[in-house]
Amino acid sequence: MASIARERDPGSSHYQPDPRLQRLHRRQLLSHLGLLALAVTLLAVLFVYPISRIIYTSFLIDGSFSLDHYRRIIEVDAYIRVLRTTLTIGFQVTLICLLLGYPLAYFLASVPTRWQRILIILVLVPFWTSFLVRTYAWMVLLQRRGVVNDWLMSLGLTSEPVQMMYNRMGVLVGMVHVMLPFMVLPLFAVMIGIDRNLIRAAQNLGASPFQAFRRVFLPLSLPGIAAGSILVFILSIGFYITPALMGGRQDTMIAQLIEAQVRDRLNWEFATAIATFLLIVTVIIVAVYNRILGTERVFGEDR
Amino acid sequence: MTSAEQAQQRVRTRTTAAEATRPPQRRVDWGRVALGTFSGLVLFFLVAPVLIVIPMSFSAGSSLSFPPTGFSLQWYENFFGRADWTSAAIQSFRVAAAVTVLATIIGTMASLALVRGRFRGKQVINILLLSPIIVPSIVIAIAVFGIYSTLQLTGTYIGLVLGHTVFALPFVVIVITATLRGFDMTLEHAANNLGANPLQTFRYVTLPIIAPGVFAGALFAFVASFDELIISLFIAGAQNRTLPLRMFEGLRLEIDPTIAAVSTMMTVLTVSAFGCAEILRRRAGGE
Repeated sequence: MASIARERDPGSSHYQPDPRLQRLHRRQLLSHLGLLALAVTLLAVLFVYPISRIIYTSFLIDGSFSLDHYRRIIEVDAYIRVLRTTLTIGFQVTLICLLLGYPLAYFLASVPTRWQRILIILVLVPFWTSFLVRTYAWMVLLQRRGVVNDWLMSLGLTSEPVQMMYNRMGVLVGMVHVMLPFMVLPLFAVMIGIDRNLIRAAQNLGASPFQAFRRVFLPLSLPGIAAGSILVFILSIGFYITPALMGGRQDTMIAQLIEAQVRDRLNWEFATAIATFLLIVTVIIVAVYNRILGTERVFGEDR
Repeated sequence: MTSAEQAQQRVRTRTTAAEATRPPQRRVDWGRVALGTFSGLVLFFLVAPVLIVIPMSFSAGSSLSFPPTGFSLQWYENFFGRADWTSAAIQSFRVAAAVTVLATIIGTMASLALVRGRFRGKQVINILLLSPIIVPSIVIAIAVFGIYSTLQLTGTYIGLVLGHTVFALPFVVIVITATLRGFDMTLEHAANNLGANPLQTFRYVTLPIIAPGVFAGALFAFVASFDELIISLFIAGAQNRTLPLRMFEGLRLEIDPTIAAVSTMMTVLTVSAFGCAEILRRRAGGE
């Protein structure tokens, strides 16, 4: 019944329904709010309030307002180095994922559907496997007496084990592996929606295959590039597991710094400042992205 | 590229004016071959590490090597014989089971309101419900840790369950709202006209139809909790260690081959759960 009113005047509040319909609307509204009550309460108590408190605490020293924690992040060399490392690793991982993921997504989007179904599973299976398990697998492969070193040595390519872990290389290999599906899947979703006839049309009009790709396909795939890159970047800068297990001292990232401040030194207020910093960077990136492409895409919705 | 598509493309190129000047034999497309090879290598990079651990977990040797030496179940025996591993696994199952129930019920209710409701602030609530995915886990973890020490929920079972539910809820909401968008509302109107009250309508009409989506959401919630490490790291406490936490602690000290057995079991569990969820989600029509 309510939908009759809706259909007559979709998406506008100018329409004045009769009192009975209004009552019905009100009852419906109440029931919807009731349905939301549990979820909103849970998130208010265990998400919004705790995070607000983190932000609030980060501006306090001995109970009074101060920016000293933030000043310390910027002024102390060790901390600024962690921030720089985090952003650098974030960019490196995003770039490598894009370079590996774009051609793969392009290929997946262009093979016949029958093949697509099989090949996409090869992307989904690692995606479905726990981060921890995948990091463990890379540790087994890359450790000093690991599988890769075994092979390299038995092939005579190196006489002693190569250090591939507890350094930047370990972090990058492990993180690229974890993040790659987050790049490939949005790219694939966008590319599959691109009308290939446009490329053919461009070629018929005299464009070389490369020109057709660069001038037609690449611009059309930009939303996928943006979605994948943003996702990989924000996941990377807050990432903990792989750098903690496969990184060296030089590769300490923000999440590890926060953990260390809370665990080892019980430096709670300073930890909240670093966390707030990470939160703000993440929110700014998502907000800018929203401005450009609309909320729904970030949250993986269609409408 | 399959031969069928090659043939198709050849037909196409023959008919286009621009290609007419070139002989069709020149279309052994080397660019395409290179692309295929490159993609194959990237897929190998993605899948090989996940799969290589499985045969290694059955190794009879005292350390991990590939190909594995001999066959034995020693690492599985080691896992099931040690209380610290089994109690962590049991704890993970207990937490994930409760999270699945909670997140699915709360998430389904919220999804119904989000898809059907028209009220001010809906967009804000939508963003709120999905934001635990966007906010870095480490930030949620220390935030929850902060209030748990006040509420004295650190190291408790209920604390873990609630913490994981916050994290699992967005996955449930995404899957179920997608399913509900494909739902034909006239069915509910029909039930309504035939005298069913809203609860009956939901129980006998809506729920059976969206059930695949709800199950898919439940599976997502289960895996989200079962795999969760960061929040647990802060709030689980020593006596409530979950399986990922036990693995993580093990990995910090040494690369214990027992973990290969744990990894294999976890992979089988999560991949089959996600696989089922994916099939259900497709059946539910929420792409």
